[in-house]
Amino acid sequence: MKLYCLSGHPTLPCNVLKFKSTTIMLDCGLDTTSVLNFLPLPLVHSPRLSKLPGWVSKDGTINLEKRELLDLSTIDVILISNYHCMMALPYITEHTGFTGTVYATEPTLQIGRLLMEELVNFMERVPKAQSATSWKNKEIRRMLPGPLKDAVDVWMWKRCYSMQEVNSALSKVQLVGYSQKVELFGAVQVSPLSSGYSLGSSNWIIQSHHEKVSYVSGSSLLTTHPQPMDQSSLKNSDVLILTGLTQMPTANPDGMLGEFCSNLAMTIRAGGNVLVPCYSSGVIYDLLECLYQFIESANLGTTPFYFISPIANSSLEFSQIFAELCHNKQTKVYLPEPPFPHAELIQTNKLKHYPSIHGDFSSEFRQPCVVFTGHPSLRFGDVVHFMELWGKSSLNTIIFTEPDFSYLDALAPYQPLAMKCVYCPIDTRLNFHQVSKLLKEVQPLHVVCPEQYTQPPLTQSHRSDLMLELQPPPMPYRRCSVLNLPFRRRYERIYILPELANSLVPSEIKPGVSVATVSALLHSKDNKHTLQSVPKPPPMPPSKKRKRVIEEPPVALAPKPMLSGAVALEAFLATLQKHGITEVKVEETADGHILHLQAEDTLIQLEEDGTHIVCDSEPLRTTLRDLVLRFLQKL
Amino acid sequence: MPEIKVTPLGAGQDVGRSCILVSIGGKNIMLDCGMHMGYNDDRRFPDFSYITQNGRLTDFLDCVIISHFHLDHCGALPYMSEMVGYDGPIYMTHPTKAICPILLEDFRKITVDKKGETNFFTSQMIKDCMKKVIPLNLHQTVQVDDELEIKAYYAGHVLGAAMVHIKVGSESVVYTGDYNMTPDRHLGAAWIDKCRPDILISESTYATTIRDSKRCRERDFLKKVHESIERGGKVLIPVFALGRAQELCILLETFWERMNLKAPIYFSTGLTEKANHYYKLFITWTNQKIRKTFVQRNMFEFKHIKAFDRSYADNPGPMVVFATPGMLHAGQSLQIFKKWAGNEKNMVIMPGYCVQGTIGHKILNGQRKLEMEGRATLDVKLQVEYMSFSAHADAKGIMQLIRMAEPRNMLLVHGEAVKMEFLKGKIEQEFSIDCYMPANGETTTVTTNPSVPVDISLNLLKREMALGGPLPDPKKPRTMHGTLIMKENSLKLVSSEQALKELGLNEHQLRFTCHVQLQDPHSDADTLHRIYTHLKSVLKGYTIQHLPDGTVIVESIVIKVSSSAEDSNTKVLLLSWSYQDEDLGSFLSSLLKKGLPSGIC
Repeated sequence: MKLYCLSGHPTLPCNVLKFKSTTIMLDCGLDTTSVLNFLPLPLVHSPRLSKLPGWVSKDGTINLEKRELLDLSTIDVILISNYHCMMALPYITEHTGFTGTVYATEPTLQIGRLLMEELVNFMERVPKAQSATSWKNKEIRRMLPGPLKDAVDVWMWKRCYSMQEVNSALSKVQLVGYSQKVELFGAVQVSPLSSGYSLGSSNWIIQSHHEKVSYVSGSSLLTTHPQPMDQSSLKNSDVLILTGLTQMPTANPDGMLGEFCSNLAMTIRAGGNVLVPCYSSGVIYDLLECLYQFIESANLGTTPFYFISPIANSSLEFSQIFAELCHNKQTKVYLPEPPFPHAELIQTNKLKHYPSIHGDFSSEFRQPCVVFTGHPSLRFGDVVHFMELWGKSSLNTIIFTEPDFSYLDALAPYQPLAMKCVYCPIDTRLNFHQVSKLLKEVQPLHVVCPEQYTQPPLTQSHRSDLMLELQPPPMPYRRCSVLNLPFRRRYERIYILPELANSLVPSEIKPGVSVATVSALLHSKDNKHTLQSVPKPPPMPPSKKRKRVIEEPPVALAPKPMLSGAVALEAFLATLQKHGITEVKVEETADGHILHLQAEDTLIQLEEDGTHIVCDSEPLRTTLRDLVLRFLQKL
Repeated sequence: MPEIKVTPLGAGQDVGRSCILVSIGGKNIMLDCGMHMGYNDDRRFPDFSYITQNGRLTDFLDCVIISHFHLDHCGALPYMSEMVGYDGPIYMTHPTKAICPILLEDFRKITVDKKGETNFFTSQMIKDCMKKVIPLNLHQTVQVDDELEIKAYYAGHVLGAAMVHIKVGSESVVYTGDYNMTPDRHLGAAWIDKCRPDILISESTYATTIRDSKRCRERDFLKKVHESIERGGKVLIPVFALGRAQELCILLETFWERMNLKAPIYFSTGLTEKANHYYKLFITWTNQKIRKTFVQRNMFEFKHIKAFDRSYADNPGPMVVFATPGMLHAGQSLQIFKKWAGNEKNMVIMPGYCVQGTIGHKILNGQRKLEMEGRATLDVKLQVEYMSFSAHADAKGIMQLIRMAEPRNMLLVHGEAVKMEFLKGKIEQEFSIDCYMPANGETTTVTTNPSVPVDISLNLLKREMALGGPLPDPKKPRTMHGTLIMKENSLKLVSSEQALKELGLNEHQLRFTCHVQLQDPHSDADTLHRIYTHLKSVLKGYTIQHLPDGTVIVESIVIKVSSSAEDSNTKVLLLSWSYQDEDLGSFLSSLLKKGLPSGIC
């Protein structure tokens, strides 16, 4: 039982679990922070950006969290926990010889597909005249300026995938529902559990009949839109792999939401515009729901809200059809009404969505307004345009809500900037307080987590509450670690067919404990084992046996059972007498007795832990054998 | 022997008021709780007194599962839970949970408000009943209690229809509810995995029918509607608000669009708009095509179909009206039918099954004079057409499902006895499994023969597996030996050595020694060597060692030679073996007693 850790990023994990002859990849997050090393990709060529000193304008490449720690083609299945953690899927499933299956819930697949589509769209609509790769060469890189020179593992940065690769990768996804039990090769059962973080997000249970591994990734206990987290099913785990805790342990999401609303209102009232760089699915639903309630009270009824993304419409539509997986939205569907209030915002024309800033948007655009658009790294997508447009006015505000990127780094190429910057990272994932409570409740035997969680954050080294303290201490992993999970598999499930079960003769050894010897045919198929009666009854009729014995040696039949117990002297003598053996001389020895059967010239040595029969006559010997066996238990 | 018992309280050799009791592994489950459309008295509900004569059902049932929202499957639910009394869990899918109370309320209104019946469940009872409902997701394994688990599969038929797999230990039952094995314009086909249940309880509405392709039926339907419209006639299509109605709407909508027709299409009752809304929100339950395109165009937003008002029925000119309910037994469809029945230009198309006793059933059987309330008679002059659109599996579909699930026994419900008989014969012949068709109140008992799950020590298993070579060979089964320890509720299979250790027992060694006299004129050492050579040639595949200390060891049997004191040609062989080598030891002693063959050196 081994765990290969391919990613060091705690919220974008990628681990491979080898468990009972199966190789299971847990998530494949794509760390896109390396795009911060590149210049923004504007829709229109911007002389200002290309003339910035100290920055290189290059193709949008992406840091892929994988390493040749193991052969990707040997992976049997990939389990996806949420749509943010599947963005590297095409890199794993395409061009690697991967032939396995990917498991994900329906919302994860649909929204994941949308986010990939969006990423590809962002990249492809600004085609590069040229793309360079030789700069990754060590010698050349040494001469490059600042951040690039220091970037690690540059050779692993890859070009963004194409739509074709996305489609091919997603065709390998098999849909699963919460609490559905999926058998893998008969050896292992995997099952997704609601994790409460985003639509369709799941934790996974990987178990056999005797071992249980829980994989917790991106879970939330807050009441936002998704179905609440299923905690009780995580109980009794041997190992719990813990990833995806909040990246903002000190920021309270509710407080941030309040700050978001008040800053937004303030800017609008002052006649400025608000830019919210965000992902096109996830927290945006909560932001819109919050604004829905806030608009009236803040007197923003006339302010237009724009959601600009190639997938804006799809994202909003899709969110409405997964009501079954939503928290306290189910009752709305029964009415029937759309579960999310953004349907009403759209109906009343308060929220408008556009695929891009081209086309309808440019004619309908009114200021002051609020714009939700991607990408949160500010390096590509329509947000680049709005930064250029609004950056110079101090009336405008940019509000960061996604915690994935450092907002200072994100803003760097746009400096100097007059526009106000507000940082309200909303990360609803578990914080350390919540996770310790959770672990106390579910009591796993061992916890495995990224090493970042075992020490306080670098910037707040005194905050010992911002780390995991457990007994026994968690097993930390870092990128490229291979952990041997502390597992002792001792038992396996086997099925005894009814026919055989009926033929077993149990005998009671102690009160409440019975034993039966089993000799049976073992069938193993698809990792399932069954025991079946041996077709020919092993004990032959004695006459036949003797005849055969002369011709050929005995075939290896069922071996004799082991014996236990002791032969009681008095009782044994009585039994002998019953069988016509009367002349017995008993002699006491240090460990027991020696019985001399004088008429038969036979010795029987009876001891506490053994019996020795010295007898030359075969018929008598077998009689004595059977008499002794009556006193012993067979195992 | 463990048994599974199945007793239909309704739908046994009958269509209507589906209600089937299943006892499996000590658990009692009620499958569906429907009403009968053909009766207006006590017989419309299943006879719950079968379960208990006095009082509430809570103690006698572990759970109730509703397969879909049709009233013949859920119509008696508030009566059962609120009037008879049941507080346990009721399971149904999300769409069923959403739509079922609306249909129940509709049904209640017709019965109480229009027909003036008393002693019927109230609106509040419907609400209270729905509070006991736990929603199910597809393929989700729901643990009802520690032993009983249920899992829902997609059944087609109507929005949210499900088949359920019920499992206790290694025994299981699948109940199909109503299902459809061919995808239609808005729903997908039923599917189940090879779960090999002990009993498959299947509906058999169309047990003897093998329907022609859907396309033909659709074309026929459109042709009939079109002809009638061209003639200037009015077309009435009695439907249930949800289900077939949506499929036919999609069909007519696309046809109207393509042919550029102008005649109005109406849909009666406010329920419809709501109904279409349900389809929009539960789009994940519809078929692939609709799901794929819903962002661009929601199939359930109709351009040509408008809400119906009672006054429209007297409007001149052609029109198409969808009206509820589907069997013409009450409500708006019956009212419109009465208005239009006298004109031969008009047409009524019955798109589904009609229960005996309803007007729908009568006119389909060719009755042209109907007795109405108050001795009035109604002459039926309009054309009556029957189009089988109701989404039940036909004989082919039922066989297909059996092939999918591979049940050990088959049980038919929800069909007519004669038709069932025919299908039963076919099933028994084709699959050689037993097929049952109990009548209402009749119990079918199936004995199951479950295998016993046991925990085997991994050491033992690996040892045995290793014997058969690195790869298991199905043709060469391996015999394994071990000891089964039964302690409280656990069953463990371990090797004998481990069993001794775990039970804290001492091993008792049983040994045998025997002397064999042999005439052999050689030295002791030579005799021993001759024995060694002899045994080598006789015992193939055994380990035989000739040790320098003057012993031959066969497996663990020790053979020593000494000369007799009186005669040096008489050798005395000493054989000693333990009980574990009994067979071989016994064999050797008799073999050596016969002496050594001449001709070995």
